[in-house]
Amino acid sequence: MSTSKSQFRTPLSRARGLGASHHGVGHFISERVSGLALVPLFIWGAFAGIRLAGSDFDTVAAWVAIPINAVLLSLLFIALLVHLKNAIQVVIEDYVEAFAPKAALVIGNLFVCMLAGAAGIVSILKIAFTGAL
Amino acid sequence: MTETSRGLPERPLSPHLQVWRWHITMACSILHRASLFALYVGVLLLAGWALALASGPEHYACYTDVLGSVLGKLVLFGITVAVFYNVAYIVRQSFWDLGKGFDPKTANLTGVVVIAFAIVAAVVTWIIALATGAI
Repeated sequence: MSTSKSQFRTPLSRARGLGASHHGVGHFISERVSGLALVPLFIWGAFAGIRLAGSDFDTVAAWVAIPINAVLLSLLFIALLVHLKNAIQVVIEDYVEAFAPKAALVIGNLFVCMLAGAAGIVSILKIAFTGAL
Repeated sequence: MTETSRGLPERPLSPHLQVWRWHITMACSILHRASLFALYVGVLLLAGWALALASGPEHYACYTDVLGSVLGKLVLFGITVAVFYNVAYIVRQSFWDLGKGFDPKTANLTGVVVIAFAIVAAVVTWIIALATGAI
C-alpha cells in the first residue's frame, strides 16, 4: 500500500481489482481520431511548406492571413498537439516508474503542448486579424 | 485478508528496447515512437515560426536564417521523414483497427511499405522544393 502505484486507489477499487480501467478507451480513441485528422493536414502542410520555404516575409504573412490557411494552420496545431500530448504521455508512463518524476514529466508535457498551441494559434490569429505588423 | 486487498500485484513496465529480437514490425513500432519525438520538435519549431512571423520582418528573417542553415535543413528533412512516416503509419493502424492486416506476411509487407513511403515522399518533397527554388 505504501508503493507509489497504489496511493490513489480506494479500498473499493482495490477490491474490484480492475486497475485504472475505462478512461483508456477515451485516450485510445482520441489518439486514433487526431491521427486521422492529421493525414490530410500533414499532406496540406507539406505543400504549404514547399510553397512558403523560399518566400519573403510579406508573401508569407499575406498567405497566413488568407482565412482558409489560418484555419488549416490552427487545426494542424490542435490535432498535432492533441496527438502528441497523448502519445508522449504514453511513452512517459511506459518507461518512467517512480511516481514523482513520472507526474512531473506528464504535467510538463501537457504544459509544453498547451504553450506551443497557444503561441502558435494566437500568432496566426494576430496575423489573420491585424496583419503581421 | 486476501492478496487483492493489499493492492494489485506489481504491474510490469513495457519491455525496453534491448529485449527485442530485431524484426521489421518491431522496428516500425520503435520508429513510430522516435518519429513522434521528431514531430514534437517539429511542432515547437512551427510554433516558433508563427511567433517569429507575428513579431515582424527582422525576427522572421532571423528565424528563417537559423532554419535555413545546414543544421536547420538537416533537422527539417528529418521532420519531413517523420511527417510522412506518420501519414503512412496512421493508415496502417487504421486498417488494424478494422481488424485487417494482422497476419505476419501482410504486417511485414506494410511495415516495409510505410518506411519506404516515408523516405521516398520526403526526398520527393525536397526535390520539388529544390526544383521550384524554395530552398
